[in-house]
Amino acid sequence: MCGIVGLFLKDRALEPKLGELLAGMLEVMTDRGPDSAGFAVYGTGEAGRIKLTIRGNDLDDVAAKLGVTLGQPIQAAPHDTHSVLSIPAESELAARAWLAEHRPGIAIIGAGKRIELYKEVGLPADVSTRFDLARMSGTHGIGHTRMATESAVTTDGAHPFSTGADQCLVHNGSLSNHASLRRMLEPKGISFTTDNDSEVAAGYLSWKLQDGATLAEALEDSLNDLDGFFTFVVGTESGFAVLRDPISCKPAVMAETDQYVAFGSEYRALVGLPGIEKARMFEPEPARVYVWERN
Amino acid sequence: MPVVDLASSTRRELNGALHALGANTNEKHWRVENPQGQHALAAGLDAPITVEIAGHAGYYCAGMNKQATVVVEGNAGVGVAENMMSGTVHVKGDASQSAGATAHGGLLVIDGNASARCGISMKGVDIVVKGSIGPMSAFMAQSGNLVVLGDAGDALGDSIYEARLFVRGEVKGLGADCIEKEMRSEHVEGLKALLHAAGVPDSVKPEEFKRYGSARQLYNFHVDNAGAY
Repeated sequence: MCGIVGLFLKDRALEPKLGELLAGMLEVMTDRGPDSAGFAVYGTGEAGRIKLTIRGNDLDDVAAKLGVTLGQPIQAAPHDTHSVLSIPAESELAARAWLAEHRPGIAIIGAGKRIELYKEVGLPADVSTRFDLARMSGTHGIGHTRMATESAVTTDGAHPFSTGADQCLVHNGSLSNHASLRRMLEPKGISFTTDNDSEVAAGYLSWKLQDGATLAEALEDSLNDLDGFFTFVVGTESGFAVLRDPISCKPAVMAETDQYVAFGSEYRALVGLPGIEKARMFEPEPARVYVWERN
Repeated sequence: MPVVDLASSTRRELNGALHALGANTNEKHWRVENPQGQHALAAGLDAPITVEIAGHAGYYCAGMNKQATVVVEGNAGVGVAENMMSGTVHVKGDASQSAGATAHGGLLVIDGNASARCGISMKGVDIVVKGSIGPMSAFMAQSGNLVVLGDAGDALGDSIYEARLFVRGEVKGLGADCIEKEMRSEHVEGLKALLHAAGVPDSVKPEEFKRYGSARQLYNFHVDNAGAY
């Protein structure tokens, strides 16, 4: 069992409250996943720069030292065990190479124009507080509370998983063919950092997207290639998608208003959203791809 | 009328109070405020009372119900009226998956739609859905009636035993061993009574429905296999 929440805003006026709303939704899902929690928030981007979310120890001097290497100042926004670096887009490879060589203990868990990604072991409310989720703003966000089944309770095993620029995926369920999919994807240049089955699902979509598929096409294809139980919520820089397996094994409920589209593993997670009493409530159908895109 | 506000009381306090009621209780009409999708509301009741839930309910609402009438004024989560024995459960909104699962008796009325696996393994309950039902409904249904005013999803009645399925709209697909059957006069009469009990207006005619049930062709129905048991 795991809990998933997602919030995709249509009304810009709600953007400053994205983190606060998402934190409330995440905490309600503690019963479904007390082992670890994580979330991705799509905040503001800066032209010509990308954000790298890094996680590990001794993050304090990373920005300064990386700045010397890259020959220009690098900004860092520290959040507990994570830090979000803003670097010139053309320096991404150099930055990754420097981190790999000089700070091998640091993991890059998210990268892209707007994505920031945070995850830790512990109760969802504690994880939200550590990273100050309630004060984050953005256009859309996805969160997950994990009850571990297929791999260990570690920060690495926490969701969301990001395997491509501005992409992330959360998963409730378990995949049975993740090992063979991993063997198929690795020679195609998709790299994995954990043994987790959900990371393979994220990698599968990244592979399809880099091959030119739309988000909807990538998810359609996944219905043929993934074997197992899943409810996925997926984020891209401009998109938000939901897919359930063909027998809708794992729960899902959605709410849509003029202001937002919201996803919860249970209705309880949506109770605190503004105007929820008047929202159009529905359960996503099995094996049907739902995608919302920002204009 | 006792009112329990779940913004200030716990679900255990609510269910504890309801379970303590005897057959002769004078507290016959209860109202539950601020349910906010909590699970197992009014589950395990066994008294001739009415409980109104003023909003959305979570999983297993009115599960194992006996005698009581439970009204959900919003939507109900997974497994509403699961294993109901008798009484009435009325959902005014939509119901999630596995509505009325394994229920032995009573009447479950859903004004909106029910999603996947409605009436799975039903064992005698009557279920009336005024909207449509999702895929895999009435899977291994054993007894009782499932009435659907709208459409049914894929694999309706897969591996069904002796339950009767009445659908007014389209059926996307029938499951293994489920077939359309003749609507005889006793079926029309029974359906009419059920529609009436569920508060469906007379403008909806029993003759507009098709009946589905078991072809009795699966392994366990074949007389040649009797010796295997």
